Amino acid sequence: MFDPIMYLKVFAIGGLVCMIGQILIITTKMTSARILVSFLLFGVVLEAFGWFEPIRDFAGAGISVPIIGFGASLARGAIDAGNVTGLLGVFTGGLTTVAGGLAAAIFAGYVFGLIFSSRTKK
Amino acid sequence: MNENERNLRYNAYVESKMPKTKPWPSLFHAFWVGGLICCVGELIKDLCLYIFPYMSTQEASNWALIALIIIAAFLTAIGIFDRIGAYAGAGTIVPITGFSNSIASPALEFKREGLVFGLMAKMFIIAGPVIVTGVVASVIVGLVYLFI
Repeated sequence: MFDPIMYLKVFAIGGLVCMIGQILIITTKMTSARILVSFLLFGVVLEAFGWFEPIRDFAGAGISVPIIGFGASLARGAIDAGNVTGLLGVFTGGLTTVAGGLAAAIFAGYVFGLIFSSRTKK
Repeated sequence: MNENERNLRYNAYVESKMPKTKPWPSLFHAFWVGGLICCVGELIKDLCLYIFPYMSTQEASNWALIALIIIAAFLTAIGIFDRIGAYAGAGTIVPITGFSNSIASPALEFKREGLVFGLMAKMFIIAGPVIVTGVVASVIVGLVYLFI
């Protein structure tokens, strides 16, 4: 806990992942929706091949805070619940693990959307 | 002037009017802002584990994500997130904050088109594809693991 070396690794890997995103934006002119979708898919693939766990042990939040972590949790949930409850688990597992984040994003978006109004861009 | 030529000229015009981002500084901006956001996530996780010693690491990282999501939605609502985003580019899009922003931003933007078909429907204009991709891909991966 509160290990400075860990924070250094989190900063380096997290920064690197974001820099790769920026390189993609510059070279391919991808929109932010496409960036989010590709990184999410990348996370699913990492988890499917079992490569996500070792990276997370090394870099902690540096890989789980980027949307890659969201994709990996989805895949992990579907695989784990599939092992326990079979076919039903494949369908229920993915969304179960990301339910917290998803609900928080929808709730916060709705509440703040109601309270605040969009500012006209200058 | 045929249509093709006109399109080409229009593209060139759009290109000339687009705000230019210098590639090298923007890479650096994305790096340090993105790295910092991940460190904030790690810090929230560590604080949770410190304050609640019986909390599992899994729960703590879940809380960290939820906290980042709510903070990002709030910063979007008060208009600060867009300014950080203009500076950091992918540094704010790639972390989970970008996902939160992609929900909160259209929610604010389309509120004037009504509550149901404005705010609630348009919320998912970017997050929708993300959720669809994630769910479909995770079910496919789960099926593959189930049968091999």
